[in-house]
Amino acid sequence: MNTRSIASFLLGTALALASTSGAMAQDKTIKVGVLTDNSGLYADLGGPGSTLAAQMAIEDSGLAAKGWKVDLISADHQNKPDIGTAIARQWIDVEKIDVFMDVLNSGVALAVNNVVREKNAILIDTGAATSDLTNAQCSPNTIHWVYDTYMLANSTGQALVKAGGDTWYFLTADYAFGHALERDTAAVVVKSGGKVIGSVKHPLNTADFSSFLLQAQASKAKIIGMANAGGDTTNTIKQAAEFGIVAGGQKLAGLLLFITDVHALGLKVAQGLNFTETFYWDLNDGTRAFSKRFSERMKNKAMPSMVQAGVYSGLIHYFKTLEALGGNPHDGAKVVAKMKEMPTDDPLFGQGTIRADGRKLHPAYLFEVKKPEESKGPWDYYKLIGTTPADQAFRPLSDSACPLVKK
Amino acid sequence: MQALYAQLLVGLINGSFYALLSLGLAVIFGMLNIINFAHGALYMMGAFVAYFLLNNDYLSIGYWPALIVAPIVVGIFGMILERTMLQWLTGLDHLYGLLLTFGIALIVQGVFQNYFGSSGLPYAIPDQLKGGMNLGFMFLPVYRGWVVVFSLIVCIATWFLIEKTRLGAYLRAATENPTLVRAFGINVPRMITLTYGLGVGLAALAGVLSAPINQVRPLMGADLIIVVFAVVVIGGMGSIMGSIITGFALGVIEGLTKYFYPEASNTVVFVLMVLVLLVKPTGLTGRAA
Repeated sequence: MNTRSIASFLLGTALALASTSGAMAQDKTIKVGVLTDNSGLYADLGGPGSTLAAQMAIEDSGLAAKGWKVDLISADHQNKPDIGTAIARQWIDVEKIDVFMDVLNSGVALAVNNVVREKNAILIDTGAATSDLTNAQCSPNTIHWVYDTYMLANSTGQALVKAGGDTWYFLTADYAFGHALERDTAAVVVKSGGKVIGSVKHPLNTADFSSFLLQAQASKAKIIGMANAGGDTTNTIKQAAEFGIVAGGQKLAGLLLFITDVHALGLKVAQGLNFTETFYWDLNDGTRAFSKRFSERMKNKAMPSMVQAGVYSGLIHYFKTLEALGGNPHDGAKVVAKMKEMPTDDPLFGQGTIRADGRKLHPAYLFEVKKPEESKGPWDYYKLIGTTPADQAFRPLSDSACPLVKK
Repeated sequence: MQALYAQLLVGLINGSFYALLSLGLAVIFGMLNIINFAHGALYMMGAFVAYFLLNNDYLSIGYWPALIVAPIVVGIFGMILERTMLQWLTGLDHLYGLLLTFGIALIVQGVFQNYFGSSGLPYAIPDQLKGGMNLGFMFLPVYRGWVVVFSLIVCIATWFLIEKTRLGAYLRAATENPTLVRAFGINVPRMITLTYGLGVGLAALAGVLSAPINQVRPLMGADLIIVVFAVVVIGGMGSIMGSIITGFALGVIEGLTKYFYPEASNTVVFVLMVLVLLVKPTGLTGRAA
């Protein structure tokens, strides 16, 4: 045989072996893909930190010692649904990725949700906000792990209306996420006896908000609800201070804020803001221990955001499920069904469950940003002012439009 | 009607940044024939230098000195770029300069993002410019007013320097016919380097001006530079006055769009660019090549 035919013979054998091992029930290989924004306005709250969290979950799971082989890859979807779906297809078809983690940006998440369902992979979404992922768009292959727009609206919106903020004006990011957050919050405001006066939609990734802020100011609404995230929110808050909006008696409501945003703003500007998260590094010993290890490995020493913490927590549960199954069946719907059966438990989110619609349940915490003099050190930013229990934090199944829910 | 006045004024503020940045681009293109895609990255560096000057362990240099120091520091960085890389592209097709500067921009932004993340760093408004005044139709932050006035002065001074002084005349002559100007005993390469430094310094100055308004972020320039290029194309490549006027005018038009049809506010500049290119390919004030 000449070298060429030897090579093709070897390649053929390798392919044959690869396909037989895929069919075996006791297959102990796992491929994890972190699909996120690695370079844009959401890169700090997900991005490389999410990949690090996944890496830590793989190390902490101890799977390697038990004979498992876990591979991790990461890619940048650039906040574009078309790029996200192209990567998703390639990952499933060529790379044989089992589970997608992070997938922040609701527009990308809804698109990837469809691909993952069509090809029977798994999506554990820890970054996207839209509550549609477990409502009309719910899927037997998807778990929505950390938070959603319904929960944010329910917690922050209700608290603010109760505190007297009964007229609202929305500043909304003009894509799936902003629309969902505005819709869900407006519903809560109206239900709690408040009124929505108006809203303005701005393009994603806007640098200057002064035009929009002037319109919000002119509306005379008591609350200006920011249905945006990341860099858009920090710029809005910073510029609102400049235009004397808070000094003029209107209150800003950060409907979705992450610790990385508060860090970027500085306490001087961010103090007093109320918002909801499901994870904070300084909640208990478990969260503190993880966050300390995480921060030491981050290039800018950042504490984990709830999105990144969710990647860790979601993967730990996924790995436990595969261990319980005794091998990786490479069958997304089957694994997700098993994940829903098993209760979740990890140091970051505590004990929880996953509902039939794919919604992971855990408590929601209402925080207030500390004043600079209250903060004892770097990243000491939040005061806990209220907790919504897990069973009340998210959309009740009775209101669900998800076809997976049997009524 | 009141809201309209307010939007006009806000547009003028954004226009100031467009004008300062497109002015720098116009100077560099007009004198060096380089399409400087690194402009956004250099603008970002200006803001970061201001941040470092204030927040370091040794000295805390505030906003006012930073207005002078940051453009000089970044200007020197620009001159090093010109000496070591750009000067070798003289006489080659525009595409080479564009690709080189684009690559530089990507590298600089990547390095900053690696160390500082994407959310950026806070930079406070200087105490003297805090607060605002009520104009009746809107609340104008003092700092924004300062930005408009200051950038207008800088723009006019630059225009005057290049179009009305002896030095400017040398410069323009050196681009027309470098060999002849050199025969008069003028060091043309040094003049080109200094001009690039000036254009870069203008970008850095805009960066310092914007630091208290926007977050100091590695991508702050990347988001802006495409719009600024559209401004330059509309105004006419290389025309100093054209880019100043277009900068302010487009800021105003964008501001009005944010009021009447906010969803289109980040595309209106490009729609205008297409229209202008269809009707007058050299730009509003450009001369035919």
